Amino acid sequence: MQKRQLLRATAAAALVLSTGLTAMAQDNVFKIGLILPMTGQQATTGRQIEAAAKLYMAQHGDTVAGKKVQLIVKDDTSLPDVTRRLAQELVVNDKVNVLAGMGITPSAMATAPLATQSKTPLVVMAAATSSITEASPYVVRSSFTLPQVSVALADWAPKNGIKKVVTLVSDYGPGIDAEKFFNQRLTFNGGQVTEALRVPLRNPDFAPFLQKVRDAKPDALFVFVPSGAGAAVMKQFLERGLDKAGIKLIATGDVTDDDQLNDMGDGALGVVTSHHYSAAHPSALNKKFVAEFEKANKGLRPNFMAVGGYDGMRVIYEALKTTKGAGGGDALLAAMKGQVFESPRGKVFIDAQTRDIVQDVYLRKVERVNGQLYNVEFDVIKDVKDPGKTK
Amino acid sequence: MLTILFDGVAYGMLLFILAVGLAVTMGLMNFINLAHGAFAMVGGYITVLLMQRLGVPFLVCLPLAFIGTALLGAVLERTLYRPLYHKPHLEQVLFSIGLVFMAVASVDYFVGSTQQIMQLPEWLKGRTEIGSGAWMLGMGHYRLFIIAVCAALTIGLQYVLTKTRFGSRLRASVDDQRVAAGMGINVNIVFLSTFAFGSGLAGLGGALGAEVLGLDPSFPLKFMIYFLIVVAVGGTSSITGPLLAALLLGIADVAGKYYIPKLGAFIVYSLMIVILIWRPQGLFVRKGGK
Amino acid sequence: MNPQNTLLQARSFRWWELVFWLLAFVAPFALPSHALIINEIAIVALFALSLDLILGYTGIVSLGHAAFFGMGGYAAALFAKHVMPDPLVGLAVGIAAATVLGAVASLTIMRGTDLTRLMVTLGVGLIMLELANKLDWLTGGADGLQGVMMGPLLGKFEFDLYGRTAAWYSLTVLLVFFLIARRIVQSPFGATLKAIRDNRLRAMAIGIPVTAKLAQVYTLAAALAGAAGALLTQTTGFASLDLFEFHRSADVMLILVIGGVGWLYGGILGAVGFKLLQDLISSVTPQYWTFWIGLFLVVLVLVGRDRLFRPWTWWGGRKA
Repeated sequence: MQKRQLLRATAAAALVLSTGLTAMAQDNVFKIGLILPMTGQQATTGRQIEAAAKLYMAQHGDTVAGKKVQLIVKDDTSLPDVTRRLAQELVVNDKVNVLAGMGITPSAMATAPLATQSKTPLVVMAAATSSITEASPYVVRSSFTLPQVSVALADWAPKNGIKKVVTLVSDYGPGIDAEKFFNQRLTFNGGQVTEALRVPLRNPDFAPFLQKVRDAKPDALFVFVPSGAGAAVMKQFLERGLDKAGIKLIATGDVTDDDQLNDMGDGALGVVTSHHYSAAHPSALNKKFVAEFEKANKGLRPNFMAVGGYDGMRVIYEALKTTKGAGGGDALLAAMKGQVFESPRGKVFIDAQTRDIVQDVYLRKVERVNGQLYNVEFDVIKDVKDPGKTK
Repeated sequence: MLTILFDGVAYGMLLFILAVGLAVTMGLMNFINLAHGAFAMVGGYITVLLMQRLGVPFLVCLPLAFIGTALLGAVLERTLYRPLYHKPHLEQVLFSIGLVFMAVASVDYFVGSTQQIMQLPEWLKGRTEIGSGAWMLGMGHYRLFIIAVCAALTIGLQYVLTKTRFGSRLRASVDDQRVAAGMGINVNIVFLSTFAFGSGLAGLGGALGAEVLGLDPSFPLKFMIYFLIVVAVGGTSSITGPLLAALLLGIADVAGKYYIPKLGAFIVYSLMIVILIWRPQGLFVRKGGK
Repeated sequence: MNPQNTLLQARSFRWWELVFWLLAFVAPFALPSHALIINEIAIVALFALSLDLILGYTGIVSLGHAAFFGMGGYAAALFAKHVMPDPLVGLAVGIAAATVLGAVASLTIMRGTDLTRLMVTLGVGLIMLELANKLDWLTGGADGLQGVMMGPLLGKFEFDLYGRTAAWYSLTVLLVFFLIARRIVQSPFGATLKAIRDNRLRAMAIGIPVTAKLAQVYTLAAALAGAAGALLTQTTGFASLDLFEFHRSADVMLILVIGGVGWLYGGILGAVGFKLLQDLISSVTPQYWTFWIGLFLVVLVLVGRDRLFRPWTWWGGRKA
């Protein structure tokens, strides 16, 4: 028994020592540390963003300003502690020049202090809570914020006969943002939020909540759930007969996510949503983007997550071109601020002060185009700045 | 309110069908099988994939899900589970957790981790409403279907258990395995068929529940606690015990989420802990039973 | 060899133990780029050690041990954020909070069968998870608790980006608790626990106050788990609901079984093996490493732990 213990102890010690590796420092490589949820509840986010980032690199080559761009993708399984540890390892061991990704708000918030401490720019490509850009001066966002898209709906609704609304959001950062700003703007426009329901983020069971909505009989139900959960809401909405009871469904575009929309069936027709990107956006750049994305990914339709990743890469590439690799993290960050460009979603710019994205928000309706369901844009609010900034 | 009661009953009946296999195998083989939820998931995915990829009608998928999962259960019982019956509980727990991990990861790999969307046939969509106001009873047709199927299954199970010879053999083996074997009952066959049947029922429950509970690779982990509650509170020596426990659990869960959404799942867990401390052998155990 | 000598000898330190601990403390210095994972290994080892006390030495199968881990973690994080950023005081607060929870929870495991205990511990773990989720004004809910800035350790050592201070901090705490645990299991109290594990009825028959002992060891194990949790939130500066998740309880049980139940080094070596395995497999297949862990578990149970680590017994007849 003693010998076995001894053998085990030596084996363990040897194992620990033998993992000492030396990292080779390479001067001519520009490393991007892309941390995404590739598995777990938010796996579609990771898949879309990774595909978009790789598409951008395929389209624009991997050599910028004389340096070779290397994309290191890591899976954080949507767990913030894992994100933080991966980010720390990427900065310390791999010596990345830029951190990117951040599938959900908690991941971004956990990584922000690290970005500040190590002076590494952090490009947020997915997470959507306002306060993320305030968590560190090194955060730049290329995705969107919930307040940005929620106020658009709160402006549209009262003009279309909707006065009483019940809000249903997932109980976390972006959801609370959406609820607050929708409420504020709707009340400002003369409407009223009669009840504000919050569904737990993990394992949501929408049935009892939608039953409550049914009993409350508002003009409309405003929903925000993270991308991927939209189908479940839609299903319950139809099953409980809410549409037949005259309750309209209005939501942020996460509910009619392009990734899942086509599978939702005819029940989704006519749903009005507000968002910053639709795969059906009628611009030449978008058509090219969608076509090449689908070709490279077995017919998978890009969604707003993909466009966040695509534009994030654009921001990084252009910043690198400007600094030509000199000046480290601070110079790179300065070159990221203030970029104005055309994205597949429309015209966007990165606000130099808040480091957040300013973009057009569209109002869309679900319609059948060429046999498939799409979010067809019918109205636009231009250059929406994030109303959620407190600083 | 009546609608909530109705929803709770539907949920409870579904939980019963899902968990009854676990109750019987736990009582019979004294094996803590945390992988029961994985069988349910398999049944759900069989149904969804058959419907989506091959266009098989929903009603045909249900018996197929049952048979498929039952076969899987039979194979696993014979090869993997049987050597472990006499091992300590810790090892059984670890083994079944290992199976769950494998099942979850495999499904994730082959099918992906998004929630599966199922298109029900037209006659199952829709809703009937009786009464009005606070006493309105809104019955979704699908939930009515679930209640009907599960009620039929329950009656069938009770009949098999009490009126057939297999049932009496099963009850004898549950009461005392050694004596039953000594009386000439082929305990191995009893185990095999019970496990297969129980898994098949779980698969059927998973197929029925895919629409209501949602189906994604983390299904076994999410609902494992509910199955275990049904078994622990209902006891393992009859099927009426788990039935009542499942109904209680279903109604408490749905009502809790509706009336007090802030507390929601708390109620269920606290209730379970209180019941188990008060009656460690379960609520519905007959005197002298195991 | 009289009995007294045998017992005394069992208590003394083997030479390889000293080598092991020496290597452990040198590691963050010799492998600076791996200090982060060494820190994690130390924390998980402490967590496994705490579970060993109740699982290996007392025979209580618990699926909810993460409840105490999370309690200690959140208590320490909240303390650092709102009261005082000193790590050691925060550690004490985390331990205290977990101990209180352990004392309360020990009331639930007194009666019932293995299955009942399994359920109850699982239930407690899930309730803690729900509580943390619901009290989001306190815990940050699903977003996690941010803004936990730790002060320098002992007033001098800052928590650096490389994680070296963190690794030494965790290793020291691990060593301290290891020595305490060692003392306890080799004392008459420890012998009582083993008696309860082996046959509870018999233990009761010879007059051991079983419920009291169970409460004591459960509370103690909770304290150690709380220490591990506090270390985690302090060294990462972040606390999230994941601390209470089921997979933490399941992973720690797996670690114990890999390393060896009922043996104090089992938790530690299991933690080393598990974390290294996890790191290795995750870099190859980040998505599906739970599959390999599951497979490993299944094989482990089927083949039997003893045989697994002796490859020459895999084929051929069973020897003894």
